[in-house]
Amino acid sequence: MGTRSLRFREALRAAMLEEMERDDSVFLLGEEVGHYQGAYKVTEGLLEKFGPKRVIDTPIAESGFAGIAIGAAMVGLRPIVEFMTWNFSAVAFDQILNNAAKLRQMSGGQLQVPIVFRAPNGSARQVGSQHSHAMEHFYAHIPGIKCIAPATPADAYGMMKTAIRDENPVLVFESETLYSLKGDVPDDPDFTVPFGVASVAREGKDISLISWSRPVHVCLDAAAELARQGIDAEVIDLRSLRPLDEETILRSVRKTHRAVIVHEGWSYGGVGAEIADRIQRFAFDDLDAPVGRVSFLDVPMPYNAALEQHVIPNTPRVVEAARAALYAR
Amino acid sequence: MTTPPLPLSDTGLFRVLRDDLSVDPALPAPDAGLLLRMHREMLRLRLLETRMVVLQRQGRVGFYGSCTGQEAVAIGAGFALQGGDWVFPALRESAIMLVRGFPLVGYLAQVFGNSLDVLKGRQMPSHMSGKQVHQVSWSSCIGPQVPQAVGAAMAMKQRGDRAVAVGFCGDGATSQPDVHNALLFAGRFRPPCVVVCQNNHWSISVPTSKQTASETIAIKARAYGIPGYRVDGNDVLAVHGALQHAFERARRGEGASFVECVTYRIGAHSTSDDPTRYRSQEEVESWQRKDPLVRLQGHLRGAGLLEERGLAALQEELTAEIEAAILEAEQGPPPARATVFDDVYAELPWHLREQREELLRLPPAAGHGGGH
Repeated sequence: MGTRSLRFREALRAAMLEEMERDDSVFLLGEEVGHYQGAYKVTEGLLEKFGPKRVIDTPIAESGFAGIAIGAAMVGLRPIVEFMTWNFSAVAFDQILNNAAKLRQMSGGQLQVPIVFRAPNGSARQVGSQHSHAMEHFYAHIPGIKCIAPATPADAYGMMKTAIRDENPVLVFESETLYSLKGDVPDDPDFTVPFGVASVAREGKDISLISWSRPVHVCLDAAAELARQGIDAEVIDLRSLRPLDEETILRSVRKTHRAVIVHEGWSYGGVGAEIADRIQRFAFDDLDAPVGRVSFLDVPMPYNAALEQHVIPNTPRVVEAARAALYAR
Repeated sequence: MTTPPLPLSDTGLFRVLRDDLSVDPALPAPDAGLLLRMHREMLRLRLLETRMVVLQRQGRVGFYGSCTGQEAVAIGAGFALQGGDWVFPALRESAIMLVRGFPLVGYLAQVFGNSLDVLKGRQMPSHMSGKQVHQVSWSSCIGPQVPQAVGAAMAMKQRGDRAVAVGFCGDGATSQPDVHNALLFAGRFRPPCVVVCQNNHWSISVPTSKQTASETIAIKARAYGIPGYRVDGNDVLAVHGALQHAFERARRGEGASFVECVTYRIGAHSTSDDPTRYRSQEEVESWQRKDPLVRLQGHLRGAGLLEERGLAALQEELTAEIEAAILEAEQGPPPARATVFDDVYAELPWHLREQREELLRLPPAAGHGGGH
């Protein structure tokens, strides 16, 4: 199987394009997805290829087009909904929480909602607090939906395909700051990446850095710095938050005996807290130090660039948290 | 096709039955067979709703929101729909599925939420649904099902189906962004959809006059570029005629419309509500004089289609049918506890399999449905 070098946004686009060719019940809707080619150009060329019946520019009404898409999915289509950013999904939260996530269960399995919601998520350089939420923490709480957050173009490609083929609602958390990242992507329209399987982005034996999406790259930078200090860090890229690959997390922690969880968004009650809980419940006797956390500081995101950099997890904070877990401060 | 065959408008009130309960001679004469079928269903629904509220008072049912006084809308709509059409109801239109062939025992099993219930005991009463008759459950948050109906209609248009989707809401829901969204998309994309608002004058304790300053609810359609029709919701012939017109229009590809059915909630909002605290008995009585079932029966008598002995026999027959169905539906044991994990996902994930094994290791709680 050959590979091609694609940017993250191109990998997402290739996956959607190929799946729309493969299955004519797949269609795309959202603000600016057609004529404007997507606010972040993820959907570039799709209107031209598939026409306005399958690439639908909607009015500015997230709760509206989320509901429209859920209704279309209930009667047999497979919509891909683009929010301009996950921040704006807040006004559509009821449709996702009370409808997409529950309709299969509430209907006794009579109805299904095969639907993909996708958007950039998390920090995006000086866009203020209302554009910088890491919304996966809100959504990963909900049974009935799946939440994925790829960090590489190959995973973006393979997981987007899995998402579109899935019979359940799938929420894809992308990152504006990763859209231009280049990487090798399999040249195979049937390449898929299963959900609930983490990848080991870097093998190491001294400490486990556990992350997803953009901060995986922060962890890799931190691991390089730690290596210079004689510390061999393992980096786990979860890729999927619901379902969660508990086994890979525990296997890594049982090897390294130490863990730091790194993510965007606030730590209070978030996905990181869930992971820390599972580590203490299932690997208590393997731990040599308390589980560390690096996340957004517990404040709304400031606009100022210097302040913003303090709030977002960065390499020095991850290095320091790793050293603390190794009692090497 | 531009001129409606019926005198429909967004500020008037379309009626078929005149004050003397005769049919307006300017309108097409209704089919006697249809009148009798609609009467039978309206009477059955009146008896059923009355009985359900009693069952709730007896503690046999947890909650109920009855549609007493509003039967003409559910029944008129049910008879105007075709087999492939989809229904996205609100609180007081569940019974449309009975008109479209869903069995009464299965319907009542959804009220009891036991193992006879196709929804497996997961949905509260008055949220009935049945995929076999293309009816989904409404969403408790007031309004979310209406944009879903428009989305379903957009899907039908995309696939080239001849079906339509109808989404229901109440007067209170017209304040919600979801109803605005539904009308916005219905106008913008012209799918084969009809949005029906049952204006029953009360959103729990808030009268429509305190909900909106709009002259009528139907008139709001103008802003979305779709026709609005204001209809006497206590006149089953008017509801049936107006909706048949709206559905056919949608089926022909002429786009969506918005229908306001003016009616009155004779009973409480739900079994959790006491309306004597916020509205007058005089007001209720003034609407009881416009009772849609009584009006239809008056018309049928005048037309020689109904006589007292026949009505008494029919009432007896329907009461017996309801009692037998309640007894049968109530017999179902609670769903097995292991089923609580089913249908959360299309497939059972490992963590739910683990939770299920953990649950099944515990002794079954007394009176709460043991077994696997």
